[in-house]
Amino acid sequence: MADLSRAERAPRPAAPSGTAAPMDRAARNARAAAAHQKARRVGPVFWISLAWLALVTLAAVFADVLGLAAPDQSDWMALKAPPGTGGHLLGTDPLGRDVLSRVIHGARVSLTVGITAPVIGVGLGLILGLAAGYYRGWIDEVIGIVIDSWLAIPGLVILLLFSVLYGGSLFMVCLSLGLLFIPSAARITRAATLSCTGREYVLAARALGASDFRIITREVFPNIIWPLLAFVMIDIPIAIVVEGSLSFLGLSVQAPTPSWGGMISEGREYLEAAPHISLIPTAVMFLTVLSFNLAGDAMRRRVSGGRGGAI
Amino acid sequence: MPYLMRRLQRLLIVLLVVTFSTFLLVSVLPGDAAYQIGGMDASPEEIEAIREDLGLNSPVILRYLSWVAGLIQGDWGTSLLTGESVWDALVERVPVSMQLMVMAQIMALTLAIPAGIIGAWRPDGPADRALTAVGFACVSMPGFMTAILLIYYVSLHLGWLPATGYEPMSAGLWANLKPMILPALSLALVEWTALMRTLRAEMISTLQENYISLARAKGMGTLRILLVHALRPSGFSTITILGLQVARLLGGAIILEQIFGIPGIGRLLVHAVYTRDLVVIQGCVTFFALTYVAVNFLVDLAYAWLDPRVREARSHG
Repeated sequence: MADLSRAERAPRPAAPSGTAAPMDRAARNARAAAAHQKARRVGPVFWISLAWLALVTLAAVFADVLGLAAPDQSDWMALKAPPGTGGHLLGTDPLGRDVLSRVIHGARVSLTVGITAPVIGVGLGLILGLAAGYYRGWIDEVIGIVIDSWLAIPGLVILLLFSVLYGGSLFMVCLSLGLLFIPSAARITRAATLSCTGREYVLAARALGASDFRIITREVFPNIIWPLLAFVMIDIPIAIVVEGSLSFLGLSVQAPTPSWGGMISEGREYLEAAPHISLIPTAVMFLTVLSFNLAGDAMRRRVSGGRGGAI
Repeated sequence: MPYLMRRLQRLLIVLLVVTFSTFLLVSVLPGDAAYQIGGMDASPEEIEAIREDLGLNSPVILRYLSWVAGLIQGDWGTSLLTGESVWDALVERVPVSMQLMVMAQIMALTLAIPAGIIGAWRPDGPADRALTAVGFACVSMPGFMTAILLIYYVSLHLGWLPATGYEPMSAGLWANLKPMILPALSLALVEWTALMRTLRAEMISTLQENYISLARAKGMGTLRILLVHALRPSGFSTITILGLQVARLLGGAIILEQIFGIPGIGRLLVHAVYTRDLVVIQGCVTFFALTYVAVNFLVDLAYAWLDPRVREARSHG
């Protein structure tokens, strides 16, 4: 054990670049081990991200008991008040509504959509991907065509179509946004299922006379679920961003329910005189999306041993 | 080339499925065009007359086929509200959106290629780490947020570029380019990270190849190895991403055209959505699907051009 840990802490070789002459095997192993070790530490960035996410989540959950002004209550004495004046910590918007309260209530929409939509999408994608990867043949072909067709239309356009046809309730936004995550989840599941069904244990189960359903649920599913859960983590910030775009266009949850995208859009006209109206929700949304990205990446690195990229 | 033929076949099926479903969506679901034209207070007889008039009572397949025949002849229907031909509206607006996206993609590549090469040259070095961090911040920043910040700083504070507006090419090149810079940059700043990370990853693995070691052993300079020998074979995934990004760019352009007041296809679509102009929506979606298919086929062609082995290898895979 002592030898191993010393090897892990071995200094990096003199020329660590990719163009370097081939290293000898020992040095390369030592470097790989060091990189691995490094990757397993999550570092302060992870904890800061997590702290921010916890703060936003707690604020959203306990929004009603924080003693804030109601998000749709106008303070007519303080319109477009800059942050810190008139008892409004983050100022007010053009209708005199408290920006802090609106940001916190807007977090409810963003977090609800951000978590529900990927779960719906990955869930449905999982079923399609399992079917395609396990049964192959024409089922695979048909699902492939459906997924390609789904991808042929930009996601935002699909969402616009849905908002025309079914309106913008929170439930519909979650559902239609969830549908956008099906193709990528289905592709990943299909690939994982394909590599899984060729293994001996699946063959053994089949030889023992297990039904397809049993093989899929007991043998294949437990082996592909982890990469998919990591995938949910990647989808959360995307869902928040897309919901933001949709509410920026006024096609997500309807006013007066506050949402971050809607707030950014409302403040656009006052960017010169009262920039805080747009910039505060922008900053909060940026930090939240960034935190989800950083936390997700750190978790992915931990699981995959340092090979995870940023995207 | 069997591989390309197979891809083309698949893409054509996709086109068929997409056009058929958009057709169904717009023509079959409740609240169809007859109600749009007749208005809320039209009597059932009036609605029926309009339906008959529009040919909405014949079988779906026949209507689909005649609609496709119309598409091919340039008859994309007319707007339910303005009576403007959808084809004319598209022809007028598509070049504007196209310009926006091409400018954005050129900016994104200008950022991504050098950044990707630097990252691959010294992976995990200080420059690579800094670029990765910046990239991370950029992907966490959707286009409309970048746009707000750029307008706030570049337009309102520095006063360098206009915050909104559009000038046609006839007003002069600079007059045309000037208002497009900020929207294109807003798009580019989101998209460049994916390009940079992909190029970096692929180039790192290219640099492990034997012929790179050979080039190095021959005493070739680092810059020459990176730019001449490693860049081209590392372009595959980047080109795929470039193709995949077209759909995302179209989505991003929709919002940015709205913010910057650019009369492109995105504005046409959003306006149609606000006014529930289903025929225009249908036209836009069909156009998006056509673009997707065309771009993906071009990506496949680019593969074959970049690496002749692909034609063979992929036809067996």
